[in-house]
Amino acid sequence: MKQRSNSVRLIALGAAAVLGLAACGGGDSASDDTVAEEATEEVVEETATGTGNDCTAGKTLAEGKLTIATGNPAYEPWVVGDAPESKEGFEAAVAYGVAEEMGFSDENVVWVRTGFDEAIQPGAKNFDFNLQQFSITEERKANVTFSEPYYSTNQAIVGLADSAAAGATKVSEMRDLKFGAQAGTTSLDFITKVIQPNTEPFVYDDNAAAKAALEAKQVDAIVLDLPTALYVSAVEIEGSKVIGQFPLSDQVGADNFGMVFDLNNPLVECVNEAISRMRDLTYELISIEETWLSGYTGAPVISLD
Amino acid sequence: MALGLHRRAGHQPRLTTRQQHERRQRRRSSLIAAASTLVVLVAVVLLVPRMPRWDRVKKSFFDVDQMRDSFPRLIDAFWLDVKIFAWTTPAIFVLALLIALARNSRSPALFPLRALAAAYTDVMRGVPVILWIYLVGFGVPGLGLERPYNSPLLWGSVALGMTYSGYVAEVFRAGIDSVHESQRAAARSLGLSSAQTMRFVVLPQAVRRVVPPLLNDLVSLQKDVALVSLIGPIEILRQAGIDKAKFANFTPYVVAALIFLAVTIPLTRLTDYLWQRERRRTSGTRVAA
Repeated sequence: MKQRSNSVRLIALGAAAVLGLAACGGGDSASDDTVAEEATEEVVEETATGTGNDCTAGKTLAEGKLTIATGNPAYEPWVVGDAPESKEGFEAAVAYGVAEEMGFSDENVVWVRTGFDEAIQPGAKNFDFNLQQFSITEERKANVTFSEPYYSTNQAIVGLADSAAAGATKVSEMRDLKFGAQAGTTSLDFITKVIQPNTEPFVYDDNAAAKAALEAKQVDAIVLDLPTALYVSAVEIEGSKVIGQFPLSDQVGADNFGMVFDLNNPLVECVNEAISRMRDLTYELISIEETWLSGYTGAPVISLD
Repeated sequence: MALGLHRRAGHQPRLTTRQQHERRQRRRSSLIAAASTLVVLVAVVLLVPRMPRWDRVKKSFFDVDQMRDSFPRLIDAFWLDVKIFAWTTPAIFVLALLIALARNSRSPALFPLRALAAAYTDVMRGVPVILWIYLVGFGVPGLGLERPYNSPLLWGSVALGMTYSGYVAEVFRAGIDSVHESQRAAARSLGLSSAQTMRFVVLPQAVRRVVPPLLNDLVSLQKDVALVSLIGPIEILRQAGIDKAKFANFTPYVVAALIFLAVTIPLTRLTDYLWQRERRRTSGTRVAA
């Protein structure tokens, strides 16, 4: 399958080149013309329209188009300026990279917006896949299908500069702190399983509420995935900083982000193939990561002792 | 037993023709009601599972293993709802009664009090509960209160108390207004002061009349307690949301709903019962069927 689509692409590319030359040369000989004509048909079928490859045929929501969902709104650094169409931001770039690997041209990528709940509801979906920092967990796999991870991260702690959490270097110093987390995130799991604070954490719907709670000193610190923590502390919550990042622990491993599919959607095979090519063959995944997340990894490491 | 039945049957001829006719009518209508209920039930039970994605919906909303797994956590979290409910309810009743009395004051000098009470009920009822919870729950502690006085539990409860006392005050006021003016006139002519009239004549009648609508507000409060979770505390709906996200499954919400129903249904039945009793008490002798 992979082989075939590659060779088709090569032929198409070659054909496009020949076509270009032929157009420039104005047709030197009869034999050239026929080659160009044959090639034109190939081009129409594959690259010129960019409507997917053999793997994706018949598996997408709209034939020849790839419908991708993201959050409403989508947050930086995952999507810059809430405009995934711009290809700017880590997840926007990954989405277009995957689309390209699967033979979809940019204009055949359609964006829709969903909340978390719409992504996991049992009914028919309005997207082929959904990416908005969904963590891959065993429990969730019973109800949705995940792609292979396209990013792995760890947890970090954000507090105001004068927070009681400031200056903490190990988890054992944090047990008396009051923690906050966003509802439905793996960060909440991390707090209860790894940090094990003495009081139950508070939970918020969004960063705005978490910020208000930090400012009202109802919580000392909030826990978020590292890139989000760095963005939130730099841009969203004035006066806050990333106190530190946590190394991976036995109880809670890396936070692996995967794309969400309707349960058993066969398209996941094609996307997985695209992701593994971007990871192992073209190294595009790592270069996208460097472009959009390189500024989002630095923070002191907190010991799990 | 057979003898007893026979003896009772022996009383049958005492029924008048009209009563017999009415008994037949009643039997007929309960038969029709039973048959139509059965048809609807059978249709639901037979047709819904035949829908193309029923198995997915069943797994997402009615997963038995998920129910078993989430139930202990949800019951634990529900305890917080019960506590918030328990300490806000008395506060609401006291505050609401004071506001209702203020609105019903009749002295010309107390006009500012009446205006204030009217403004309070208008504003409290006109603004969404969610806004009050955010505003009071984050805003007041944000002014610089220290722990534990900045607790979202405390200020979330205050916000609930503020809004609900607005509603309940109106119920009390309606009750007070429903007591006929002649009752006051009679009390005053017996030499009771204005305050005594209110305390011993008007309020006892008023409160008894509004018990059902008051319970109605309590049922509603019991559900709105969950809104306190917006400012941090993990109560049952929040816990259900956490479990939903963790397992990508909506079943925890169904379990939460069942737990809520286990409390609200007895409460609504009690309301109905009290309503009936009040009707019997106040509407004179019940007309026989």
